[in-house]
Amino acid sequence: MLKNKEIKMKEEIVIAGFGGQGVLSMGKILAYAALMNDLEVTWMPSYGPEQRGGTANVTVILSDEAISSPIVDSYDTAVILNQQSLDKFESHINPGGTLIYDPYGIHRKPTRTDIKIVAVNAMDATIELGNAKGYNMILLGALLKLKRVVSLDDVLRGLKKALPERHHHLIPANEAAILKGMSLV
Amino acid sequence: MELNQIINPANKVYSRPALLSENTMHYCPGCSHGVVHKIIAELIDEMGQQENTIGVAPVGCAVFAYNYIDVDWVEAAHGRAPALATAVKRLNPEKLVFTYQGDGDISAIGTAETIHAANRGENIAIIFINNGIYGMTGGQMAPTTLEGQKTATTPYGRRVDLNGYPLAISTLLAQLDGTCYVTRQAVHTAAAARKAKSAIKKAFQNALAGRGTSVVEIVGTCSSGWKLSPRASNAWMEENMFEKYPLGDLKNADVEK
Amino acid sequence: MNEDIRLMKGNEAIAHAAIRYGVDGYFGYPITPQSEILETLEALMPWETTGMVVLQAESETASINMVYGGAATGKAVMTSSSSPGVSLMQEGISYLAASELPALIVNVMRGGPGLGTIHPSQSDYFQTTKGGGHGDYRLIVLAPSSVQEMADFVSLGFDLAFKYRNPAMILADGVIGQMMEKVVLPEQRPRRTAEEIRKQCPWALTGKTPDRKRNVVTSLELDSAIMEKNNERFQRTYKEIEANEVRYQEYQTEDADYLIVAFGSMARICLKAVEEARKVGVKIGLLRPITLWPFPYEAINNIAKGMKGILVAELNAGQMIEDVRLAVHDNVPVEHFGRMGGIVPNPTEILMSFTNKFGVKF
Repeated sequence: MLKNKEIKMKEEIVIAGFGGQGVLSMGKILAYAALMNDLEVTWMPSYGPEQRGGTANVTVILSDEAISSPIVDSYDTAVILNQQSLDKFESHINPGGTLIYDPYGIHRKPTRTDIKIVAVNAMDATIELGNAKGYNMILLGALLKLKRVVSLDDVLRGLKKALPERHHHLIPANEAAILKGMSLV
Repeated sequence: MELNQIINPANKVYSRPALLSENTMHYCPGCSHGVVHKIIAELIDEMGQQENTIGVAPVGCAVFAYNYIDVDWVEAAHGRAPALATAVKRLNPEKLVFTYQGDGDISAIGTAETIHAANRGENIAIIFINNGIYGMTGGQMAPTTLEGQKTATTPYGRRVDLNGYPLAISTLLAQLDGTCYVTRQAVHTAAAARKAKSAIKKAFQNALAGRGTSVVEIVGTCSSGWKLSPRASNAWMEENMFEKYPLGDLKNADVEK
Repeated sequence: MNEDIRLMKGNEAIAHAAIRYGVDGYFGYPITPQSEILETLEALMPWETTGMVVLQAESETASINMVYGGAATGKAVMTSSSSPGVSLMQEGISYLAASELPALIVNVMRGGPGLGTIHPSQSDYFQTTKGGGHGDYRLIVLAPSSVQEMADFVSLGFDLAFKYRNPAMILADGVIGQMMEKVVLPEQRPRRTAEEIRKQCPWALTGKTPDRKRNVVTSLELDSAIMEKNNERFQRTYKEIEANEVRYQEYQTEDADYLIVAFGSMARICLKAVEEARKVGVKIGLLRPITLWPFPYEAINNIAKGMKGILVAELNAGQMIEDVRLAVHDNVPVEHFGRMGGIVPNPTEILMSFTNKFGVKF
């Protein structure tokens, strides 16, 4: 679904989990990748004390047309990192949509049958990689492989734009985590 | 001798300071504000700063200070003069910026703005008239009202158990790292007025040179509020006010360094 | 990709736009959800480039009075806060209006009353458009509904404020402040020189020179006859602003049977509702007031003529609806949809409201 002038595209994505899991920054990187691909984009976070340990979520909308509402009530794709978020968002995924989740800590598994459900063992993969900060990038890799809303190249260019120069040395580690995530699905 | 022989430029020994306007002052007879206004007008003129000065007027008796001294002025909301002066000076760093405030303005409603401007070391001069009472509104208690002093809101005298203690704000300001010069003066005698003038001059020089915040407290009289004649007010001030608010430098960074 | 296009939060866009407009000073105090404005300015260090002064004040009371002092010297100065902090500023805003000083105030609204919540709200509409401080005064009120408008309205707000010598407010909310979108920032403009200020603002405190009388910026006038004259002058300015500066945007109103009137983030949500309604053949249009004062009374009255109903959608208990009702003189049924306390509705709730209020079937 890479941008193609012939095909209209719009993808409404929610990413939700605990504060500290990199939910907002994963959304941000996705948004920057969309920027690099000349798409319209909105990034709307939950904000406030959630950032310090509570639940956090971000809605990212990518489109090749102007985006009306940055807030929607149903999503094409949900990336879910904890039980509360699964409980909250499973019923808000459009029929035919995609649910990506990390089964780590999930005791009540998703039950929808009209959506594509993909479990990504991101926590295990993070430990395997030995890069605790790569967790959200592994999930982003899985998302990119499944939805192809933006390309890996867009993401890497987006990272370059989003990160201050002094953090550019972290980009290869991020790339490795994204590739790892891609290999999991 | 004929009158016109006396009124002769050759005989002139004193004149109205060039920057003191001819507007009739609204201050009561015996009030200290008039003397301090005159000193400020003289100094700005002597220092050649008329075109370079911005005054910040308070709410209180000196609310109309801008009617009397011929420089550009902004009239602040009650207590906010140091906040205004902060911005005026930061945005116009070459200007001589001073506030003129009473005891209610500086140490009741505007305590936060005063302390923080002084703590940031804003390069302004704060001229503070302490007469221990709210003159403008009819003689109510000020933070600086003395223990036992009768005012419209302490008709039986200030009681510390009800109203707290007199607040020596200058002593407090002298503790802050941002102040470079804090002094307490009076203008009830010619000698005192001369000393007050050199203190204000020093404060203006500090402000221009960017040395930090200067505070010149003038312990003054309020004959109307105190319900005493001007002469009795001076005596009462010397006897009572100077005990709680002793005159002299509280901080002088020049000397200390 | 156009290198000039950036991705940033509405709050960040305000900070960048302020530097590029050539603002002389920003004075503010942290409060969620707008602290990124001060944080971004401190990080960008504009005092090293344009010479802009940035100062974290000790309170919102101090901030607005710093703005008052700076504005009195003819400088382009601004502050920002969120609802509880803006309440604290009302004294200073009244003084700014009374002293006919240009300044820009940004309110990124959160839910109240009281300390309330940190989440988005539009419940300061009355405070902002009807005068939150004392006295007969008006603020020019701009309501951005995108990050691009957050950037654009800094220039617009200052231009209007200086044109009319009246404070202007950008009335945003937590959604617009916190969301990231693409934005193209304005070109860097130089700050005005002292000479330009002397010329453009002859009333400003620039130092008394022999060629003019002393300038005094004051809101005090004890002579009631003069004070009434001052008020009449303010009112003439307000009439002029009402005549010249009404701004609004229409979406698909030409063939609409129903109209939504919404501003700021709610207008975005309602636009999606309009899109969804039209997919199933229900013709709804949207009018988005951009200036909340002056309010587009006439435009709403004209556009709504012959329509079956108007839904006023707001993040409050019903504030702008009073102006919409004034606009249409009871000629069209006007209903309200509102969420409060920081709850942001989704487009489906707007459509459900059409069913509940007007019996529209989707």
